Amino acid sequence: MGIAEMIETIVKIGFIIGLTIGFFAPMLAWVERKQSAVMQDRIGANRADFFGFTVIGLLHSLADAIKLIFKEDFIPRGAERALHTLAPVIAVIPSLIAFAVIPFGGKYTLWGHEVNLVIADLDVGVLYVFAISSLATYGVVIAGWASNNNWSLLGGLRASAQMFSYEVAMGLTVIGLIMFYQSLSMVDIVAKQDNFFHWGIIWHWPAFVLFLACAVAENKRVPFDAPEAEAELVAGYFTEYSGMKFVMFWTAEFIEMVTIAGLCVALFFGGHHVPFITDAELAGGFSFLGPNVSNLVAMLIGVGVFIFKLVALLILQMTIRWTMPRFRYDQIMKLGWKMILPLSLTWIFIVGVGILTGVMPSP
Amino acid sequence: MTDSSRDYDFYVESHTEPMVINMGPSHPATHGTVKFLLGLDGETIKDIDVEIGYLHRGFEKECEAQLWNGVFPYTDRLDYTASALNNIGYALAVEKLIGIEVPERCKYIRVIIGELARMSGHYTNLGASALELGALTAFIYFVEARELVWDIIESVCGARLTHNYVRIGGVISDLPDGFRENVTSVFRTNRGLWADFNKLLTKNRIFLDRMRDTGAISSDDAIEWGFTGPCLRACGVGYDVRKANPYLIYDQLDFEIPVGETGDNFDRYLVRMEELNQSMRIVEQCLERIPGGPINVDNPQWRQPSKDDIFTEMESMIFHFKNAIEGVKVPAGEAYQAVEGANGEVGFYLVSNGGGKPVKCRVRPPCFPMTSALPLIIKGSLLADLIPTFDMINLIGGECDR
Repeated sequence: MGIAEMIETIVKIGFIIGLTIGFFAPMLAWVERKQSAVMQDRIGANRADFFGFTVIGLLHSLADAIKLIFKEDFIPRGAERALHTLAPVIAVIPSLIAFAVIPFGGKYTLWGHEVNLVIADLDVGVLYVFAISSLATYGVVIAGWASNNNWSLLGGLRASAQMFSYEVAMGLTVIGLIMFYQSLSMVDIVAKQDNFFHWGIIWHWPAFVLFLACAVAENKRVPFDAPEAEAELVAGYFTEYSGMKFVMFWTAEFIEMVTIAGLCVALFFGGHHVPFITDAELAGGFSFLGPNVSNLVAMLIGVGVFIFKLVALLILQMTIRWTMPRFRYDQIMKLGWKMILPLSLTWIFIVGVGILTGVMPSP
Repeated sequence: MTDSSRDYDFYVESHTEPMVINMGPSHPATHGTVKFLLGLDGETIKDIDVEIGYLHRGFEKECEAQLWNGVFPYTDRLDYTASALNNIGYALAVEKLIGIEVPERCKYIRVIIGELARMSGHYTNLGASALELGALTAFIYFVEARELVWDIIESVCGARLTHNYVRIGGVISDLPDGFRENVTSVFRTNRGLWADFNKLLTKNRIFLDRMRDTGAISSDDAIEWGFTGPCLRACGVGYDVRKANPYLIYDQLDFEIPVGETGDNFDRYLVRMEELNQSMRIVEQCLERIPGGPINVDNPQWRQPSKDDIFTEMESMIFHFKNAIEGVKVPAGEAYQAVEGANGEVGFYLVSNGGGKPVKCRVRPPCFPMTSALPLIIKGSLLADLIPTFDMINLIGGECDR
């Protein structure tokens, strides 16, 4: 690996980490407050101020961070100290590294150097995502077990059962998509969506609905938040967590939202592609700026479009969260195994028939 | 945990012990008022022991130290989500003991305030149930509706939560100017909020799954355990004190008693939702028909007259003095008067020895018998089912523990 590639990779990793932890995690905390406030006829958080400037409540994320850093890190008596400390780390890391294979732009040639806007262009990108997201289960289960609290234990058990079940269903929902694009590489899948009529959502919208349901269930948010159901299990697996460890679970949840949105964008919404315009046409539109600058502009537009779609899907997830009540734990299981799993198998069959008969032309 | 309630065979067979877990008193769903000692097998409730009394204030004993009129603020704190209904129940019981009847206008005012309080109670209950099932948005909608109802009540008596509005032989003040327009506009908003809430939950599959077939009780069991109110009506028994033993002017009003079929949580929810509409109907009818005239009994022995009368009439002066110092001298005897509270039949059993203070003031709290039936209802179902069931039984700590 040359110096240029190394710098490129480090910049991309920095960009993704900055985007998720630095930007989206605190922004989502704010959006969650403000969007719920709008949906509920409230004003929402607007009191934290800096010399009188409240910046429409944005400073609350900062205030939260400062408060939580200075909070006592409490480990209950009888808890497994090492695992109790390790659990939030195990929970947060998979959600971050799953983003490595999600392309947030296409391939661009800038000053003779080819830039591929994905951290790791793996041939088995889709499988990698599922492999990594299963790891997140460990963090939750360990947290529930190591806390020495019955509520945490119940939450951890619920979480493990739920996450493993939906892992299976989620994997099956994208099989049809993989058959359609004939690739497991996220970069390939995005590249094949340059034509609007090849977008995943056009051909595979049932798979999208199922995938989103599974993804939200993986992330344990309402309506699938049985593992942390505050009315039943106090706070479920993170009942005994305080301070920054608590925030790490929280951050993991928000980053996972971003990852889910990123996956949906890459698999179903054409990644960085602008509808009806291919990358080449986009760069061609700015050809008067010279080949390098026009590619740079196309790249920035591509990244911007990706982030725009990401935000739209994040808002969709937030809206679901603030509209729905919570499933009961056994109903979640029933939905996963008896509804989503057969439906996704059916969809695989339909896609197979469609591809064989040529009704569903593979791009 | 009582031994008799344990399902020993199961544990002997499975060679395991139940996970004993304390749910409450400081648990998000029990909010400090009650404790469940649960024996869980997985998530199935094998054993439940309900411990009440965390909000016990000695209400009944306290009343014995108060003058008859001084009990009113204490009754506010029984079912504090619908406090005017308790005021009315107590006032009617005392009036029954004395043998007086309040003027027609006062009856109408009491019905209006009572129904507004019932609405506030139902808004709180339904909203909180939605909240505890994770639907925070629906909860906020009903909190807004409740705020608006409280605004009306505040315009009448100055208090929002603990109204302390009713007195023996009358009420403390007449309805303010523009009351009817105020109520009309609030009801318009609240019907909109009701429709929003209804759209968010009633046909929501997730909500239906959580409520349907959970916490069901048969009508026979319900009657046996002493259920009243929405929980009894959800079982298909159309018992409502307002219809069965009409008090005030309920026999002249046109309203319906919603009745469920299955006695499960969803029917309890539907009954309460419909009662909100019926309460609005009652208030609107009352506002249309309300006659003029006095709001208090014209007898200084029972109800304190206006200051003008006190300073100009000898008898008023005497009774003002005597009632303030010694209390209203309620004739010796005993009386029981029940009213339909937000939760069910709120009954006041009073004993007087002719003095200025009650000798005994016993309350029949509607949620106490229902809470005692909770083990019967919930044993064998999942931990998650305890939440909607407990919400729909609507244990109000102030009322249950007194």
